Amino acid sequence: MKRHSSLLWLAVGLILLVAYNLVGNPAFLKISVQDGHLYGVPIDILTQGSRTMLLALGMTLVIATGGVDLSVGSVVAIAGAVCALLLNSGTSLVVTLAAAVGVGALAGGVNGTLVARLGIQPIVATLILMVAGRGIAQLICGGQVIIIDRKSFEFLANGFVAGLPVAPLVVGGLYGLTHLFLRRTAVGLFVEAVGDNETASRFAGLAAARVKILAYVFCGVCAGLTGVLTAANIRAADANRAGENAELDAIFAVVVGGTALTGGRFSILGTFLGALLIQTLAATMYFRGVPPAVAPVPKALLILAVSLLQSEKLRTWIASHWRRKEGAV
Amino acid sequence: MKRNLPLLATGAILLVLFGAAAVAYDGFLSSRVIVNLFADNAFLGIAAVGMTLVIFAGGIDLSVGAVIGFTSIFTATLITGRGLHPAAVWPMAIGLGAVLGALMGTLVHVYRLPAFLITLAGMFLARGMGFWLNTESVGISHRWYDALANFDLAIGDAVHVPAAALLLLGVVLVGYVVGHHTRFGRTLLAIGGNEQSALLMGLPVGPAKIAVYTLNGACAALAGIVATVYTSSGNASMGIGLELDAIAVVVIGGTLLTGGRGHVAGTLLGVLIFGTIQAAILFDGRLSSWWMRIVVGALLLTFILLQRIFVRRKS
Amino acid sequence: MPDQPLLELRGITKRFPGVLALSGVDFTLRVGEIHALLGENGAGKSTLIKVLTGVHPAEEGTITLAGRRVAPASPKEAERAGISTVYQEVNLIPALSVAENIALGRQPGRLGFIHWRAMRRHAREALARLEIDCDVDAELGSLSVALQQMVAIARALDLRARLLVLDEPTASLDEKEVAELFKVMRRLRGEGLGIVFVTHFLDQVYAVSDRMTVLRNGQLVGEYVPAELPRLGLVSKMLGREVKDEVGRTQPSDTMGAKVETPLRDAAVPRPAGTVLLEAKGLHRRGAVQPLDLQLRPGEVAGLAGLLGSGRTETARLLFGIDRADGGSLILKGQSVRIGSPRDAVRLGLAFCSEDRKTEGILPNLSVRENLIFALQAKQGAWRTLARAEQERLCDHYISALRIKTADAETPIRNLSGGNQQKVLLARWLATRPELIILDEPTRGIDVGAKAEIEQLIAKLRADGLSVLLISSEIEEIVRNCARVLVLRERRPAGEIAGAEVTTERLMQKMAGHA
Repeated sequence: MKRHSSLLWLAVGLILLVAYNLVGNPAFLKISVQDGHLYGVPIDILTQGSRTMLLALGMTLVIATGGVDLSVGSVVAIAGAVCALLLNSGTSLVVTLAAAVGVGALAGGVNGTLVARLGIQPIVATLILMVAGRGIAQLICGGQVIIIDRKSFEFLANGFVAGLPVAPLVVGGLYGLTHLFLRRTAVGLFVEAVGDNETASRFAGLAAARVKILAYVFCGVCAGLTGVLTAANIRAADANRAGENAELDAIFAVVVGGTALTGGRFSILGTFLGALLIQTLAATMYFRGVPPAVAPVPKALLILAVSLLQSEKLRTWIASHWRRKEGAV
Repeated sequence: MKRNLPLLATGAILLVLFGAAAVAYDGFLSSRVIVNLFADNAFLGIAAVGMTLVIFAGGIDLSVGAVIGFTSIFTATLITGRGLHPAAVWPMAIGLGAVLGALMGTLVHVYRLPAFLITLAGMFLARGMGFWLNTESVGISHRWYDALANFDLAIGDAVHVPAAALLLLGVVLVGYVVGHHTRFGRTLLAIGGNEQSALLMGLPVGPAKIAVYTLNGACAALAGIVATVYTSSGNASMGIGLELDAIAVVVIGGTLLTGGRGHVAGTLLGVLIFGTIQAAILFDGRLSSWWMRIVVGALLLTFILLQRIFVRRKS
Repeated sequence: MPDQPLLELRGITKRFPGVLALSGVDFTLRVGEIHALLGENGAGKSTLIKVLTGVHPAEEGTITLAGRRVAPASPKEAERAGISTVYQEVNLIPALSVAENIALGRQPGRLGFIHWRAMRRHAREALARLEIDCDVDAELGSLSVALQQMVAIARALDLRARLLVLDEPTASLDEKEVAELFKVMRRLRGEGLGIVFVTHFLDQVYAVSDRMTVLRNGQLVGEYVPAELPRLGLVSKMLGREVKDEVGRTQPSDTMGAKVETPLRDAAVPRPAGTVLLEAKGLHRRGAVQPLDLQLRPGEVAGLAGLLGSGRTETARLLFGIDRADGGSLILKGQSVRIGSPRDAVRLGLAFCSEDRKTEGILPNLSVRENLIFALQAKQGAWRTLARAEQERLCDHYISALRIKTADAETPIRNLSGGNQQKVLLARWLATRPELIILDEPTRGIDVGAKAEIEQLIAKLRADGLSVLLISSEIEEIVRNCARVLVLRERRPAGEIAGAEVTTERLMQKMAGHA
């Protein structure tokens, strides 16, 4: 019940935001075809939002186990740097992609081991790689922004297939596959069980630590792929800026999407809508002429509002207030 | 003795690092380098002292870097743009930092929301507001700023201690007294050690938690003011990522990141370690700046693992 | 002076959602008295303590302390009134010094600044009063639990306490430390302090207390003087099962508990001799249970009995691989096995229904279906996923077989009543087709009807050839269901009873420490 109501709220929020935009900009939802490709604001939102969506996908699983991964932004930078290094030395695209995924998996493995095997708090454990990761990325890049000159690589982020943009297609596909994988196998159940009551799930014979580690590895893989998309988008590896504050957007998307930070039930669709909402908010501000640097303010207000709504204390307070009023009538 | 072990370990690391740098680089072992360790890291250190107290209580505050950025542009805008006197602007800036801290502390305590999420929102808010004031850097020229920039305390002939370094030492001293010699400070450690026990012992848990976030907000704002003095300008992008350095410095200083155990003096040592690595990289010329982050990350990992082993053995 | 009442509780009633935790309980503590508060799980001891110390204010009833009515609304108010408490888990701050722990929140000094010298001196005095010798600058966490306990007592007394509540203070102390604690308690009694002593070690009750009050199911059973109530009588009061005394007259048995008319235990059922499913030899763990031997056979319900804190649950946790044993061996169907985790246990065909449903059993926000198939799915691994149809078939089967009352299988399990949650957890384990199922207090906190159903289920499992290990504080539940019982007493095996010997009397004798 509650799951659906949070999705409903999200959808309402999204519709309101779009309606607000349509008032000032009737062409907001217009999609046109140019050179056989789709163009328009919605396409831009999907393309630009695809990176946050991908990061948030991995983050959803980690948060569902009751954890959090602060290092994803740094992993994005490392993966981008690895791509630049390999592509510019003539490595094939496939091998490069595999390497980026591998780097992400490795980072996730380290985080997961620290959390699940050594029992270190997730925030603390992933902070280490958050700090060191960007340094590692800079080390790989030699401190410079490395231009990547490979058409096939750029295609991943900015290309079109049958008139449709590639990045949202890829990310959408990953969402679909992940959803199917989690819900058709028992993995989704295991993740939710670990987040809901880790002790009980362990006592019922589940290898809870392994489930947690795998969630971090998956999150790392998503971050690695996001690194690929980020580098492909700007055709360069920028160890300083790639994935900057990306962990925050990803966490926000997950929380706004209705997955509680305390773990348990998760919603892949909710995360998707959450990321879409954040990106639409960014687009709204762009069209309203708000400088991009100020954009964090409404984002902060959004997250505060959602956190407060999810707070048990406020909920019970409102509920009791409501009842009292009803009683008076 | 035993409780000071982490502090001694940090001190030993500082001596080894500094000693190695002194051997490796000519001129490293000089009063100027040592004084600059304090002066160049003054605003990091001031923010880290506030962070230490928050971490004492088992909390965390990711907004400090953004508060520094906001304060710096706020101060510069009012002094340069509006022609206000620093004596009026500084208290306002510190007050704003404190208000933001109090708000975050209230949300964290009263509504039981996770500190990292609320302070992340605070970070976005402060950073966005800063850029809203001005996206460009704003220079400050004022008598007081010139005076502060030129001020130094001469100890003998060779040693000149600038105002920022003095202020850092002052804040560390205040932080030390608050953290270790007041009921408030001990209450913070008790909360970080076991919040439930602290409640059963009748300690004012809620007020103390809100107060420590307030204090930390004020500390971050003060760090922002020091940053304007240090650069003679205000810039909303100042202090990006500084919260991570501050947390790292606190942990390297021997404070348990989960709360309940730590030392303000350790944080000063942590700042000096941070400064020494930075200075050594600068002196070397061949080593690039990114080694800084990698070394800090490695130190962080080492300390967190050591703390983990330490805590496990206790229980 | 000695018989003058210090504290009087009258008609204390406390409700929690769905539970009447205390119903009209009276309690009287006199000046200079050590008064033991006794009762099994759910008796209401801890609720009474919490009412007294202001953690959960009572709904009805009065508290009179030294002739004045008090109604503490928080631990702090209770302390101010002169009621101080030392909890079982020492509620102090391990990382701070002894002196600080004694003074925390009221450190001497001015304007919030601490006067360290005065604080240390004060701490030394407080410890000297208890004749404790320890360094006040030492970190509390570096001391033994016994010393930490003493520091906690010193802190409690430092509040000018007139009444000290010791909530299971001896749970983790060794004999020498207990003796030390008793010395301190007697000294304080000599000073005119009233002490409420909560414990489940009967030897200690008789060693130190002047009076005993027994609670059961939230009601007062009575107040007794140790010399007048022998141990066996006390156990029967605690368990609510009257025994034939020496004269031979039968006292009326109380009517609490499930009425299960059909005799479930049939000692005459022939069972294949010699076949042992699981055998434990010398299994032990420090602080949990002393070396014990245990044999579990197919088609038999074995019992593990003992008072609260006797090591029953600890034994089950060792068998199921939740805690690691310090020594001893496990033999499953003649083969030596190592069970290092619940996962190992499940794979070997074991199942364990924990007594703590809420924190160790249910996945509260997941549905009945997900909870029910969880252990089977975990056993099979993620790749051999149970098809949705198969899951629903299992749910339908167990919901009707165990008569689980739920709107449907997709309802979150937290919305079910305790008894129905318990049935879902039983179904969770039965779905894994275990050969041995360990049931730790399977009927605690559930209504009478569900209790009877669960007992019938146990009988059916036995008939189906399962081996069942039943742990229960309800002695008649053990008697009704078990063919063989291992009695534990103060974390040691106190003997095994089998067949017609399994009677309330024999069990209580063993539990009380009679030969």
